[in-house]
Amino acid sequence: MSWDWQVFCQDTITQEVGQSCFGKNGDTTYLDWMLSAWGWTVSVSLLSLLIALILGSLIGTLRTLPDRPWIVRLGNAWVELFRNIPLLVQVFVWYHVIPSIFPALKRVDGFILVVFAIGLFTSARIAEQVRSGIQALPRGQRYAGMAVGFTTFQTYRYVLLPMAFRIIIPPLTSETMNVFKNSSVAFAVSVAELTMFAMQAQEETARGVEVYLAVTALYVFSAFVVNRIMTFIEKRSRVPGMIAASGGGH
Amino acid sequence: MNLALDWSFFSWDLFSNYVWKGLKYSVMLTVIATIGGIFFGTLLALMRLSGKKWLDLPATIYVNGMRSIPLVMMILWFFLLMPMLIGRPIGAETSAVVTFIAFEAAYFSEIMRAGIQSIPRGQVFAGQAVGMTYSQNMRLVVLPQAFRNMLPVLLTQTIILFQDTSLVYAIGAYDMLKGFDIAGKNYGRPVESYLTAAVTYFVLCYALSWFVKRLHKKIAIIR
Repeated sequence: MSWDWQVFCQDTITQEVGQSCFGKNGDTTYLDWMLSAWGWTVSVSLLSLLIALILGSLIGTLRTLPDRPWIVRLGNAWVELFRNIPLLVQVFVWYHVIPSIFPALKRVDGFILVVFAIGLFTSARIAEQVRSGIQALPRGQRYAGMAVGFTTFQTYRYVLLPMAFRIIIPPLTSETMNVFKNSSVAFAVSVAELTMFAMQAQEETARGVEVYLAVTALYVFSAFVVNRIMTFIEKRSRVPGMIAASGGGH
Repeated sequence: MNLALDWSFFSWDLFSNYVWKGLKYSVMLTVIATIGGIFFGTLLALMRLSGKKWLDLPATIYVNGMRSIPLVMMILWFFLLMPMLIGRPIGAETSAVVTFIAFEAAYFSEIMRAGIQSIPRGQVFAGQAVGMTYSQNMRLVVLPQAFRNMLPVLLTQTIILFQDTSLVYAIGAYDMLKGFDIAGKNYGRPVESYLTAAVTYFVLCYALSWFVKRLHKKIAIIR
């Protein structure tokens, strides 16, 4: 087998290899296309992650409220619902089912719907981690809040959540990396992200190995960058005297 | 809101003509990938815990490599590469089976590694004291206990695996989701069909995770 990396310098329409690997005057090469696909992958991932963090934190917190059994049950139901349906099926539900039930959503771009699908799917997993993070705190922490006269909201805001979030950074790191990997299901509803690019470029150029290698490298590189950023956050936000000040990392 | 869903198209025939074949494949893929994944995963875990660098290093690279690549990409890779390697075309269904065994081995190996590391050192010494070889010790003392301790986690991974089988959509293999997909298109009712798919997956996975939760409690009491 021989390599042909020139494939990335080919024009996507004429299939001619240009002088520069970046297209000029509105032409696009496969390299241009791939970088734009990477942009879509990163956009889908970051926006999904934002939704997942907000919803997941909220629902995870609600699931630990004392004396609110119905709110806790609702939170648990949320987690079970989004955890027990495959992500790809959820993407189809968001793309095909929800717009037909709510016609107002028919004009919404597929990209937005996928972001919601991945965001809500991940929110259930983050809710689970936030819940276990809060429950891992010694009971005395909650009592301490009550003792100084905090309301439940204040206890969470000033005592429990700042501790819980710092404890759960390592599982959140793997969840963030999962979001980047899971963004690949967006191909199923034709979002022009990396997996979609890989499938189409493979078809058009028949240089599958080169195309897949490049795309895989971009996924691995993205995961690596996420890991480094999260490790940095983990080091900076370590609770003094609580988590052993060992080297960090994973 | 427009809830005018039409369920009249949905019949037992639709299920047996389109979905049943896919469900059988999804279950088959899950079972084979679980068994194969646990087998190779245990081998990888033993390599990583062997203390020999030439065994540890390749296993570590394999496991971490697999874990940082999306499953969809792995499915595409195997579908592209396997025909090149064996020199003849290979069906999407067969290709997916091999992909899942290879991919899940990486995830199962991490579970088995944690399981093996959870066995008290005294157990290993006890095995050595009665004159067991390394392989006897692993086979008869360590692995059965590690396997039992990790059973709930292994089963949870199997539920995730079952959900992930839907990703064979990428290469057009005929699994349960594909069955619903084709049925919806043929009857012109994709909305209802995808909704039914979601409900079916939910019922199956929820029932399985309920079972795992009960098993977990049972094992926890005995310990």
